[in-house]
Amino acid sequence: MDLILDALKQAFTILMTGQAYVVDVLLLSIRVSGSAIVLGVLLGMPAGIAAGMLRFPGRRVLIALIHTGFALPPVVVGLFVYMLLSRSGPVGSLGLLFTPAAMILAQSVLAAPYVAGITLAAVQAVPADVRLQALALGAGRWRAVWAHVREARLGLMAAIVAGFGAVISEVGAVMMVGGNILGETRVMTTAIVLETRRGNFATALALGLILLFFAFAANLALTHLQQRERGR
Amino acid sequence: MVLGATTTIEDSGLLVELQKSFAAGHPRFSLRTITGGSGEILQLGRRADVDVTFTHDPEAESTFVTEGHAEARRELMYNYFLIVGPEADPAALRGNRDAVEGFKRIAAAEAAFVSRGDQSGTHRKELFLWREAGLDPPEAKPDWYSEAGAGMGDALRVASERGAYILTEPGTFMVLRSQLRLAPLVEGDPRLLNRYALMRVNRTQHGEAADSLIAWLLGPASRDVIDQFGRAQFGDQLFRPR
Repeated sequence: MDLILDALKQAFTILMTGQAYVVDVLLLSIRVSGSAIVLGVLLGMPAGIAAGMLRFPGRRVLIALIHTGFALPPVVVGLFVYMLLSRSGPVGSLGLLFTPAAMILAQSVLAAPYVAGITLAAVQAVPADVRLQALALGAGRWRAVWAHVREARLGLMAAIVAGFGAVISEVGAVMMVGGNILGETRVMTTAIVLETRRGNFATALALGLILLFFAFAANLALTHLQQRERGR
Repeated sequence: MVLGATTTIEDSGLLVELQKSFAAGHPRFSLRTITGGSGEILQLGRRADVDVTFTHDPEAESTFVTEGHAEARRELMYNYFLIVGPEADPAALRGNRDAVEGFKRIAAAEAAFVSRGDQSGTHRKELFLWREAGLDPPEAKPDWYSEAGAGMGDALRVASERGAYILTEPGTFMVLRSQLRLAPLVEGDPRLLNRYALMRVNRTQHGEAADSLIAWLLGPASRDVIDQFGRAQFGDQLFRPR
């Protein structure tokens, strides 16, 4: 119990005093995972919409692949990106390893299946009538698809939220390709691992609470937006 | 019974060997091991979540004893840290046996250096060497000094990619050497001594098992395992028994 109280106290102090170190780490977390989710949406959302609405050969395989992506261990993605970007790897000359760019790349690979999978479920939950009505009202094929996707927008927002939550909380990939370098690639989760390894359990928990606090704030804002959309 | 061991012993593969050997001779005791930095293991010891600690930070271990968490530290084995760095050796460390002088040259050349930055035994030794050299990059954090808050293996990979110098525990370095572009540059300075010690946690619930484990680890059977470890695979022993 002492540990939890101590952690709460520390989290409060850090938040109140805005310690520069924690602020930098938190901002980098948001920047890395924010960029990763943007890339993940660009990759995953079209894939999810296509798999959910269009009929094409290999569609079932694509769906199975998307769902398998939910089970991708972050450290495996980290390892893959590491081998890609290592100086001895195929694009090592870019010098991207142990930079935020490498972390964004790894996390976007992790985010894409989440976004795709939830997008797929969301567009499939919209009754087919929507598209048929649009067609009956004289819309073209693509306009009808657009009307359908618009109808699924609450689910699409959920896809973004879930994908962001998955990547901002992962540690395996960013540790591997970022290296947890102070002032360069240290994010909240790797800082938590470090404090744990140093034996500073209370500080580690405090950082965890701060991460959760920001996730909560972000979700509250999104929920507000989402529910206003629904007119409630 | 839970043994808390520092990661360097696990990364090199010694821990598994010791564990197998102990289990074969003591079927009565169930031994679980968990690994972490020396700082983490000692913290677990303070909370009595491990029964025996196996770490390499003499200063922090002494504090642990002074605080009353253990009766004494028992030294089991040792080896020597190395300073490794890029083959090109821009700070001209090669052929020099003086580790403190090596650190001075790195600072003077402002050559890239990677620190563990994680309060591990290795990191504490690095801080000690900077103090001996009368320099303070760990506080001043100049551009050439990066703190990779990562384990030994990950930190070595960062150093290799950046062509940087790093202080390393020898076992992990030997295991990863073929994947790294790092050459051993400074070795043999007595100040690079790396001592591993055992402590029995006072509040242990498994006193008998903990005593047997420590007695066995300090005895001849474990001495053979430690002495032979690494000879076949790396052509050199990685740890020397006390």
